Amino acid sequence: MSDLLHELRTEQLLFWRSRELAFFTFLLPIVFFVLLGSVYGTDRIEGVKGSRYLLAGLLGYGVVATAFAGLAITLVVRRESGILKRLRATPLPVWAYIGGVLGSTLLVYALEAIALVVLGRLLFGVPLPSRLGSLVLALLLGAVAFAAMGIGLTAVVRSAEGSSAVVNAIYLPMAFISGSFFSPHAFPQFLRAIGDVLPLTYFIRLTRDILLHGHEIWERPGSVGVVAAWGAVGVLAALRGFRWEPREG
Amino acid sequence: MAAVSVRDLRKSYGPVEALRGVSFEIEQGEVFGLLGPNGAGKTTTIEILEGYRARDEGAVEVLGADPGAADGGWRERIGIVLQSSAMYPNLTVGEHVRVFAGYYSHPRDAAEVIELVGLADKRNAKVKTLSGGQKRRLDLALGLIGDPELIFLDEPTTGFDPQARRAAWEMIRSLRELGKTVLLTTHYLDEAEQLSDRVAVLREGRIVAMGRPAELTGAKVATEIHYRRNGEQVVVATHEPTRVLHELTGEALAAGVELEGLEVRRPTLEEIYLSLTGGESE
Repeated sequence: MSDLLHELRTEQLLFWRSRELAFFTFLLPIVFFVLLGSVYGTDRIEGVKGSRYLLAGLLGYGVVATAFAGLAITLVVRRESGILKRLRATPLPVWAYIGGVLGSTLLVYALEAIALVVLGRLLFGVPLPSRLGSLVLALLLGAVAFAAMGIGLTAVVRSAEGSSAVVNAIYLPMAFISGSFFSPHAFPQFLRAIGDVLPLTYFIRLTRDILLHGHEIWERPGSVGVVAAWGAVGVLAALRGFRWEPREG
Repeated sequence: MAAVSVRDLRKSYGPVEALRGVSFEIEQGEVFGLLGPNGAGKTTTIEILEGYRARDEGAVEVLGADPGAADGGWRERIGIVLQSSAMYPNLTVGEHVRVFAGYYSHPRDAAEVIELVGLADKRNAKVKTLSGGQKRRLDLALGLIGDPELIFLDEPTTGFDPQARRAAWEMIRSLRELGKTVLLTTHYLDEAEQLSDRVAVLREGRIVAMGRPAELTGAKVATEIHYRRNGEQVVVATHEPTRVLHELTGEALAAGVELEGLEVRRPTLEEIYLSLTGGESE
């Protein structure tokens, strides 16, 4: 247990010390929320106020930026620079390391979600969530599932130099197609077809159902199931392909 | 009991036989040097002993355990300095040492270890501002922080300038004084000679010579007598230089000729090493 706490503290120190990472994964979703909210926060999207609609989308963008993209890039850079190999030589148990990394990711995302909700309230008058328990569960599910997918993704990224390119090429279009920034209802048919298989689409839909329509998480087993299934794919990929050592050239 | 025991160790990467039957033992408190050119199998050997790689054949015991199946308790007792320094660029020297200290149940004092590797004045410097030599010293500090019994040093001074190498040698000597067992790989002959109690010379996956540095250059090596006759260079290798030289000079005197360029010498360590390792020089 003390191993886990030590690693959690270490990961927090590393995250906030790396300003680039903290900006792209923590701050950028907040910046986008403020910008987009200022542009069309007062419009009506699918019958609700734009800023309320956006909050759910940006919670989705935040989860892929933090738990998926940020985690994948961090782990690839650590693997390729030999840090993971170095850690393997210490008595730190694997479960404590993974637990510390995951815990730190969840903590960062929790802070981000709180910041988004509070900013929405202060800047755009978005009401505070009425189904708080369900919202927390949904966000937790999404963070764990996308973190698993992020760890799984490291198996197919070959170099530290390429990690940002590959990860950005996946998560940015996914955020767009899944409707993080706009309503996907206006999208052409082929984009919506792609969106229909992406996990982020279902995570955002679940979050909107809870935030906008007052549903509880258990009333939406379909969305929960798809997100969890993608998370399971991530876990399998991570178990099969996660490496501690750099890929030697 | 030996700290490290290796018997008939074999390892192939696809068709390439990296290790073709390597055997040696390291006693507790001994500094053992694994010397050889690049590609001889040094890193493969040390990484099998560290538990990073699986062996194909052979028996390996490190501190009484098979490194391939070792647990956290075993890792408490070993310290590893890999060939390349792997660190977090944004953390300071002090933060690194404290982070790694947290991974061990009985670490040494962080400030003391930083002092030992000579980084006390860089305690608050971020790693990205350190020179290559300073990073290497921090690497050594991270290898020592858990207060290990056995330390693996994979090419600890490669890329150092002469002054930094001397400083690193002093540090490695101090490990011996602490009673640590050390396995050191290097492709520098003088490094192996200066630091090791015993040296094994590795060539193409086999040990071609093993012993105390003085033994490797000792009695078994022939003395060479060089001279020119009729403009042609002659080299006589002998274990009885006194007698051979006496005969040679006697004949020359009797014939009234001069032995041009007469020279009697023992081969240097460098020459012995090159002949053992097939002439590949670093």
